[in-house]
Amino acid sequence: MMEATSIGASGGGRPSLESPGSRRGEKAIKGLLALCGLLSVVTTTAIVVALIGPTISFFGEVSFGEFFSTGWFPTFNPPTFGVFDIVVGTLNVTLWGMVFAIPIGLGAAIYLAEYASPRVRKVVKPILEILAGIPTVAIGFFAVSFLLPIIQDVWPGGFLGGADKPFLAIAAGLGIGLMIVPIIASISEDAMSAVPQGLREGAYAMGATKAKVATRVVFPAALSGIVASIVLGISRAVGETMIVVLAAGSTPNATLNPVESIQAITSFIAVTATGDISQGSITYEAVFAAGTVLFLMTLAMNVISIRLVRRYREVYE
Amino acid sequence: MESSVPPTERARFAVAGARANVAAALGSQPRADVTRNNLFAGLLFVSILIALAGLVALLAQAFIDGAPALSTKLITEPPSTIDTANAGFRPALIGSVVMIAFVIGMIVPLGVGAAIYLEEYADSTRWWNRVIELNIQNLAAVPSIIYGILGLGLIVRGPLDLGFILFAGAMTLALLVLPIVIIAAREAIRAVPPSIREGSLALGATQWQTIRRQVLPAAIPGVATGVILAVSRALGETAPLLLVGATVFVTADPMPFDGNYSALPVQIFQYATRPQADFQTLAAAGIILMLVVLIAMNSVAIWLRNRYEQKW
Amino acid sequence: MISKKWLLALGVSGLLAFGVAACGDDDDDSSDNGGDTPTGLSGNIAIDGSSTVAPLSEAAAELFQEENPDVQVSVGTSGTGGGFEKFCVGETDISDASRQIDQKEEVPVCEENGVDYEEVTVANDALTVVVNPENPVTCMTVEQLASVWGPDADVSSWGDIEGLDAEFSEELQLFGPGTDSGTFDYFTDAVNGEEGVQTKNYNNVGEDDNATVSGVSGAPGGMGYFGFSFFEENADTLKALEIDGGDGCVAPSVESVQDGSYTPLGRGLFIYPSAEALQREEVQAFVTFYIENQEAITEAAGFIPMTEEQTTESQEKVDSLATG
Repeated sequence: MMEATSIGASGGGRPSLESPGSRRGEKAIKGLLALCGLLSVVTTTAIVVALIGPTISFFGEVSFGEFFSTGWFPTFNPPTFGVFDIVVGTLNVTLWGMVFAIPIGLGAAIYLAEYASPRVRKVVKPILEILAGIPTVAIGFFAVSFLLPIIQDVWPGGFLGGADKPFLAIAAGLGIGLMIVPIIASISEDAMSAVPQGLREGAYAMGATKAKVATRVVFPAALSGIVASIVLGISRAVGETMIVVLAAGSTPNATLNPVESIQAITSFIAVTATGDISQGSITYEAVFAAGTVLFLMTLAMNVISIRLVRRYREVYE
Repeated sequence: MESSVPPTERARFAVAGARANVAAALGSQPRADVTRNNLFAGLLFVSILIALAGLVALLAQAFIDGAPALSTKLITEPPSTIDTANAGFRPALIGSVVMIAFVIGMIVPLGVGAAIYLEEYADSTRWWNRVIELNIQNLAAVPSIIYGILGLGLIVRGPLDLGFILFAGAMTLALLVLPIVIIAAREAIRAVPPSIREGSLALGATQWQTIRRQVLPAAIPGVATGVILAVSRALGETAPLLLVGATVFVTADPMPFDGNYSALPVQIFQYATRPQADFQTLAAAGIILMLVVLIAMNSVAIWLRNRYEQKW
Repeated sequence: MISKKWLLALGVSGLLAFGVAACGDDDDDSSDNGGDTPTGLSGNIAIDGSSTVAPLSEAAAELFQEENPDVQVSVGTSGTGGGFEKFCVGETDISDASRQIDQKEEVPVCEENGVDYEEVTVANDALTVVVNPENPVTCMTVEQLASVWGPDADVSSWGDIEGLDAEFSEELQLFGPGTDSGTFDYFTDAVNGEEGVQTKNYNNVGEDDNATVSGVSGAPGGMGYFGFSFFEENADTLKALEIDGGDGCVAPSVESVQDGSYTPLGRGLFIYPSAEALQREEVQAFVTFYIENQEAITEAAGFIPMTEEQTTESQEKVDSLATG
């Protein structure tokens, strides 16, 4: 490892400790590695480029007014392109997913951070990791073949219109919720564990119970991390494809009713891009326009969540 | 956390001390508080149980539905629409395996390279390095179907125009999971203590020699974990592959650069969308197959992580 | 510690080797299956197109490959339109189609690229309109169907439909396939006069015809449509309507489709082989096999077989394209 030194090569003064050849090699290597780093920028640019061309072409034919309204029937004749149908469909599934995932995820996080013995943690954490690693097509299959029939059986009569439809938003919602629980649980637990012990001890010293400490001291202190995890969960839910394709249906429907069939942005893209459409047609371009909407939605949420994570990290460091 | 003692111990001492004092001064703790505490803890534990129940139900249902089709035929036989009793996932499995091999080949050099650059060479106050970092963070959270659109628009068609071949699918997946590797590799490299680097440099090594001979070997376990996590993700991804052409019925084993291909999660999805009961059974069996492969890989990852956790 | 790293490298190269070996194995698979066909045929056949016709091509491919294991047939499902796109630029050898090639949009592209083809019928299909078994109605005219499924339909119960042959007043519940399916295209064209024109007030079951079965059998006023073979599989839970296409009520059956009396919901399914592809002997053998064995293939895939006439005509077309 010792580089050959050219001691005395320069006559007086300090001997150089580097061999001249390695300098040039260093620059080349740095350049090569920088290219690897630049690939991420290239990828983002590529995504934008892939989306933008057809989207611009799309808006050449479809007005903004029509796009930002309801009535999404691109494959009908004549086609209508009101994107709210599929945006609200996505929000429908996301909403019910979070209604399930937030209490479960936070409950698990508080338990792991404040109550669990090391033995319990050793068992529960890998389980959450396994849940996080289950492929979404498996969760989608579970939602459509197990959850859907059960909901249809258990749902009370005609409540909210009755659940006797071939696909239900809430089946997909529960599947997505199951997928999101590990995200919320692990990030919130990290945030709560990072709260300094001093805060807890102070509260205990004042006679607070464990439950009070957990809810009144630790939870608020870790709040931005917890909110970040929820925002990240929402972002994942919005971008989820397979679960909605399999369980929620293909009926664009601007409703938040859990027992309706809806179509999410992602399922529209998946089903249409693999179906019978010709390149260059307005329906093909609609796929890219929908993709742009999806990209912007998740981008906004990611930026928010990154800011929040940075904020909670700063407070304690 | 400043102390090395597990927090619950200290907290217990504190609670005991405080309670003793308060009890001595004010009498015993009201019953209501105790029950409320226990109720709360119970409620929290229930949420863990619910999550666990969901996981168990998912696995159980896959096993129960797929049990009739479980046999070695799943691995050796091609898919079939006419002979569902003897159908299997062979081309899809081989397609997935070959794709994963390509993905690893792409994400290891690119991911580790990017991580080295960001951790060792890049001046994080320069704006272009911050742009790179921001891009990686964003890309890690872009929906997978957007990567499918990228693949469809630019890799399969567009400038690269590779056609609907297996390698195009591998490239799409590699781009999707690359941020995972970069983030994990950065953490691993960051965990190497500065003293190691400084010692090496003091002895006259160049920066690259330091990285190559000292930092990287120490970071390999963390990098390997990241690669395995990325590969697990890639193995289970369906949506992007749907858009870059893995949706074909093939009975022959796929070739990487020519002709049509299939992948395990896509094949499962195709079976799952066909109404006949036989196909539903096959889909469930395929899920079991995929879960077995994934659990094996993740077990290796956890084992690697435990085995190589270095304490400096 | 280093040994573990090598283990990982070994594992990866092992996987790669497995992949390559598995690919390689297929090619030198010698046909020692005795064989009643002249094997030695090898090559790749690329088929793409309608997802309705795909099961036929898949069944044909499987049966053909049993006798010709060195020929690899792949069947894509980009849809009838998507299939023609690829076909007319020479990317595929055969295009599956649930409708005829479009004269305005698709034929010019094929002509531009010098792709010569023939429309070869390979099966018949009947779109069956199904209702709940309790529904007393037996027959509907195309106009009545249009009043229910048309884009401006405003009937909400069976009692609102004019001129039915029985009294029924249950609420209408419609179930139909996804809008990117050939079945949807054909039904809307036949009933409403134009492809893609339909009421939006229905339950979209996507590709899951089972959902139509359970939906219609579970709702007294339910109505849906799908292919004939699917109805046959579920004949005990559903009832098929007779359709009056102008010449009286006709029930869907193998005979009524083959003799053409089940109109307008009876249709032919096609493949479009290219002249260039037919120059290759494995493609010609495959297409001939497809037509010769159409009874077994259509039964395996769940469609209605061709008549003798249709079979002869298809074979003649293939022969002329191959030589001409």
